[in-house]
Amino acid sequence: MDSRRSNSSTGDARGAWGSSPRADAAADMPLAVKILIAGGFGVGKTTFVGAVSEIRPLQTEELLTERSVGVDDTSGVDRKTTTTVAMDFGRITIRDGLILYLFGTPGQDRFWFMWDELSHGALGAVVLADTRRLADSFPAVDYFEHRGLPFIIGVNRFDDGYDYTVEEIRDALDLSPHIPVVLCDARSRESAKQVLTSLVRFLLSSRDVEHPDASAVAGS
Amino acid sequence: MIGRDDHERTEWLDEEAGPLVRAYALTRGRARPATQGEDFEMIAIIATVSTPAYATPGLGPEHMSILELCVRPRSVAEISAQLGLPLVVVRVLLGDLLSHRFIVVRRPQQEHQTVTEELLREVLHGLEAL
Repeated sequence: MDSRRSNSSTGDARGAWGSSPRADAAADMPLAVKILIAGGFGVGKTTFVGAVSEIRPLQTEELLTERSVGVDDTSGVDRKTTTTVAMDFGRITIRDGLILYLFGTPGQDRFWFMWDELSHGALGAVVLADTRRLADSFPAVDYFEHRGLPFIIGVNRFDDGYDYTVEEIRDALDLSPHIPVVLCDARSRESAKQVLTSLVRFLLSSRDVEHPDASAVAGS
Repeated sequence: MIGRDDHERTEWLDEEAGPLVRAYALTRGRARPATQGEDFEMIAIIATVSTPAYATPGLGPEHMSILELCVRPRSVAEISAQLGLPLVVVRVLLGDLLSHRFIVVRRPQQEHQTVTEELLREVLHGLEAL
């Protein structure tokens, strides 16, 4: 990180000190897209992000002010507490001018407002599942279904996990038949890469299905 | 020699003040950016286009750190991570910088429905080439 910062002066060819803003500058800047990596606590989200990211996963945080009412507090006075919600993310440069960010969703399901912000504008999501704790994936599956954000399931195969078939996992998670379920090893760059390409192929194929509707609406 | 290190650590905020107090100190109590209509999404890309030639009222060291970082364009989330500041704080600071026109913002696509097939194909090819 530090080396990058010190190198950044090499990109300072425009002589920014005291120069005037360029109105067209935004057009030259990279476009960013994002994919979410969701799933229960300890399922390997950050490991997955780290496996394919070109940078060591970074962490951003948001402050959440919660109004908590103590159950035992007979005075009935609200007490505001501040919680920090941390999100790990990584980056993949797709090409010059196009960056893909991978965001791990916060492990605690109660931070739904962060899920809303993360989902906004996302291409799609990977829900990582652990066969030892499949139920931990339910909240993420439910969330993306309700939100209408396309997702696939990546089954992270832990050595001591049960060897379910893809069909058994699909049944257990009560998934629609069209949602891909892929087996993966979140530690492996190649494996994580295949999960991501599966997701993007799924996004492309979903478009083919959705497209006639879109044009029908546009033409009416 | 005065214990300079000790002096630097003696901030007027102690640990118990918590992250919220530090956040509001940096933003002078503001929870929203000064600029209307720019919400600085996490993957919005920020680039420095100009820096103040002399001290500008209302701009502190954190503002300057952002301008330094974004000589090489990067996302709001990266700025937050690299400066160790919560997103809510970074957004307020970015609002200040944008109102002074020291930065430009490249917004991401708004909703996944608007993403073009061409863009998805580019992402797919890029991932396959990794």
